[in-house]
Amino acid sequence: MQIKKLTTLACAAAFAALSGAANAQISGNTVKVGVLTDLSGTYSDLAGSGAVLATQMAIDDFIAEAKPAFKIEMVSADHQNKADIASNKAREWFEREGVDAATELVTTSTALAVMKIAKEMNRIALMSGPASTPITNEQCNDVSVHYTYDTYALANGTAKAVTKQGGDTWFFLTADYAFGQALERDSSAVVTANGGKVLGSVRHPFPASDFSSFLLQAQASGAKIIGLANAGADTTNAIKQAAEFGITPKQSLAGLLMFISDVHSLGLKNTQGMYLTTGFYWDLNDDTRTWSKRFFDKQKRMPTMVQAGQYSSVLHYLRAVQAAGSDDSAKVMAQMKKTPINDFFAKNGQIREDGRMIHDMYLVQVKKPDESKYPWDYYHVRQTIPAAEAFQPLSESRCPLIKK
Amino acid sequence: MHKNSMFARATPYLFGALFIIGLIAPFAVYPTFLMKILCFGLFACAFNLLLGFAGLLSFGHAAFLGTAGYVCGMLVRDVGVTPEVGIIGGTVAAGLLGWVFGVLAIRRTGIYFAMITLALSQMVYFLVLQIKATGGEDGLQGVPRGNLFGIIDLSNNLSMYYLVFAVFCIGFFIIYRTINSPFGEILKAIRENEPRAISLGYDVAKFKLLAFIISASLAGMAGATKTLVFQLASLTDVHWHMSGEVVLMTLLGGLGTVLGPLIGAATVVSLQTQLADSVGSWVTVIMGVIFVLCVLLFRRGIVGELQALIRRAGIR
Repeated sequence: MQIKKLTTLACAAAFAALSGAANAQISGNTVKVGVLTDLSGTYSDLAGSGAVLATQMAIDDFIAEAKPAFKIEMVSADHQNKADIASNKAREWFEREGVDAATELVTTSTALAVMKIAKEMNRIALMSGPASTPITNEQCNDVSVHYTYDTYALANGTAKAVTKQGGDTWFFLTADYAFGQALERDSSAVVTANGGKVLGSVRHPFPASDFSSFLLQAQASGAKIIGLANAGADTTNAIKQAAEFGITPKQSLAGLLMFISDVHSLGLKNTQGMYLTTGFYWDLNDDTRTWSKRFFDKQKRMPTMVQAGQYSSVLHYLRAVQAAGSDDSAKVMAQMKKTPINDFFAKNGQIREDGRMIHDMYLVQVKKPDESKYPWDYYHVRQTIPAAEAFQPLSESRCPLIKK
Repeated sequence: MHKNSMFARATPYLFGALFIIGLIAPFAVYPTFLMKILCFGLFACAFNLLLGFAGLLSFGHAAFLGTAGYVCGMLVRDVGVTPEVGIIGGTVAAGLLGWVFGVLAIRRTGIYFAMITLALSQMVYFLVLQIKATGGEDGLQGVPRGNLFGIIDLSNNLSMYYLVFAVFCIGFFIIYRTINSPFGEILKAIRENEPRAISLGYDVAKFKLLAFIISASLAGMAGATKTLVFQLASLTDVHWHMSGEVVLMTLLGGLGTVLGPLIGAATVVSLQTQLADSVGSWVTVIMGVIFVLCVLLFRRGIVGELQALIRRAGIR
C-alpha cells in the first residue's frame, strides 16, 4: 500500500514537472478540434468543405495571433446527415482520439445526437450549421453552444418583416416533418402577431421533387406570400417550379431557411425580390469583405453564414482555452460565456446560459439581376435586427438550465 | 447444405475458438466498433435464418430492427426500466410485429412476398417518421445505457461489450439450434421443394410463420441492443436501405451458411467505417459495386466459397 501511494505521488510529481506551467491543464498539450459535417450531401455547399476550411483558417489565425504553447490539431469527417453516423464518429473521436470539441454539426438530428455524447463524455459541442430551436430549449445542456442562427431567428426576421411590409396574407408550403412543422408554427405565430393572416398550408412529403399540385393550391389560396417552410433541395425546387408556373412574381415567395449558396445556385432571376434572414453577409463591411475574400481565394465561393460562424466559433473557443489555461470543458465553457465575441462575424456577441449565441441578424432582400454589379453581389441589407430582438428571449426558454 | 463429416467434427472447435476471440477482442480492437459488428452480425444471422434456410426473401427486416430499437429506447429512457428489460421488450415487440407481417406475407411467395414485406415496412417507416414519440427525423436521442440488472454500470464500454457479446451468443445459439433441429430440417425441405413438403403432410404455412417470427424477434433483439450501444434509435434503422443492407451482408458472407452473415456484417461495417471518412456518401455506390461483383463472381459468398474450396481440396 505504502509503496503504491509513493509511486502515485512520484508519478504525479514527475507529470507536473514535465508539463509546463502555462499549459499545465491541457491534456496531451494538444487541443483537438473535430469538424463533423456534411461533406458530400445536400448541405455540403452551405457547410461541408467550406466549414473545414473556415476551421483551418481559425486555427491558423489563432496560432499567428496568440502563439499558444499548446498544439492544435484538426480532424474532419462526413456524417452524411445521419444521426447514427454522427453519433458513432463523435463517440470514437472523444473516446479514442482525444478530440476536445466537436464542431459544425449541420442537420439538427446529428447535432442533437452529438450534444448528448459530448455531455456524457464532458467534451464541447459547437454548432454552427443546425437550425432547430430544441438545441437550446428542451435538449439544451451546459457543454453546447448554438452559434450562428436558429429557426426562431429566421421566422422572426423574415416573417415579421414581410408581414409589416404589406405581405399580410400567407400560405405555407411545409416539409412534412418535425423541422418543417416547427418552422411553420413559429412563422405563423409571427405573422398573426404582426397583424397578418394565415390562409392555409399544405404539407409536402420530405424530400419532394414535384411541387406542382402544392404550388397550385398555394396559387389558388390567393395569398400574397407563399412561405416556404422547408430547406435545401426542397426550397430550391419549389422556387424553380414556382417561377415555371408563373406564380412569381404575382405572388411572392418567402424562403424561411435560405443560404447565399441557394441563391447562388438558383440565380438572381429566380430569387429576385425574396426576403430572407441571415446571420452574416460577406459584403456588409470592410471586415467581412477582407475575411470573405481570403475565404474566396481558397474555396472559390463566398462563405455562407454557417461557414463564417464556424470560423468565429472555433476562434472564440481557442481563445477561451488560451485564457482559461485549460481544455477542461467546464472552465472553457465558463470562459466562453463570460467573454463577449468581437470579430468580423459578430459584434458584442454573447453566449447565453442556454448555449444560444446571440448576435445581430440581418434582414436582406435578393437583388434584381440588373442591380447586381459584381459576382456574389446578391443582397440588399434592409434591416439589422439587434441581437436582443433577433433570438428567442430567455423568458420564453424551455431550457432546464434556466432558473426562473 | 449437405452434411460434411469434417465440418461436423471441426464445428465445436471453430465455435470455441471464435468464442475465445470474442472474449479477448475488446482489448485489441475499439469496443464500440466490435459492438456494431456484433449487432449487425446478429441482425444478418436472423435474416439468414429466413432467407438461407426457409428460402423466404423478406425485404422489410429493417422494420423489426428499428421497431425494437425504438421500443427499447422508449422503455429505457421514458419508462425507466433496466437495460435487459428494454432488450426483452424490444424483442417481444419485434416478434409481435413479425407475427403480423408474417400472417399477411406468407400467403404469397417469391417477389410478391418480398413486396408485401417491403410495403409493410414502409408503413412502419412512415409511422416512425410521423409519430411524435419517436422524434421524427431527429430520432430517439439520449437513451441511457443504464445499469444491467440494476447493478452493473453499462456506461463502461467493456461491460457494455460483454453484454452485447452475451446477447449475440444467445441469439446465435437460438439460430444454430433452430437450423439443426427437426424444425430446421423441415424448413430446408420447404425451401427445396414446397409442394413435396405439403404432400408429406406438413402444414407449410405454420412452419414459415414460425420461422418468420423467430427471425423477426432476433432481428429485434439486435436492434434493441444496438439502441443501447449507441444510445440512439434513428430513421436509418427503419429505412428500406437497412433492409437492403442486410441482404448484402448475408449474400456477401454466404447465404445459408451459419457463420457467413457474421463475416458479411463484419466486412460491410468495416468497409463503411473505413470509407466514411474518405469518400462520404459514395459509400453507397461502392457497396453497390461490391454487391454486383459478389453476385457475379462469388455467388456463394465469402464463407460459402471457403467451404467449397475446402471441399474441393478433398479434405474429408
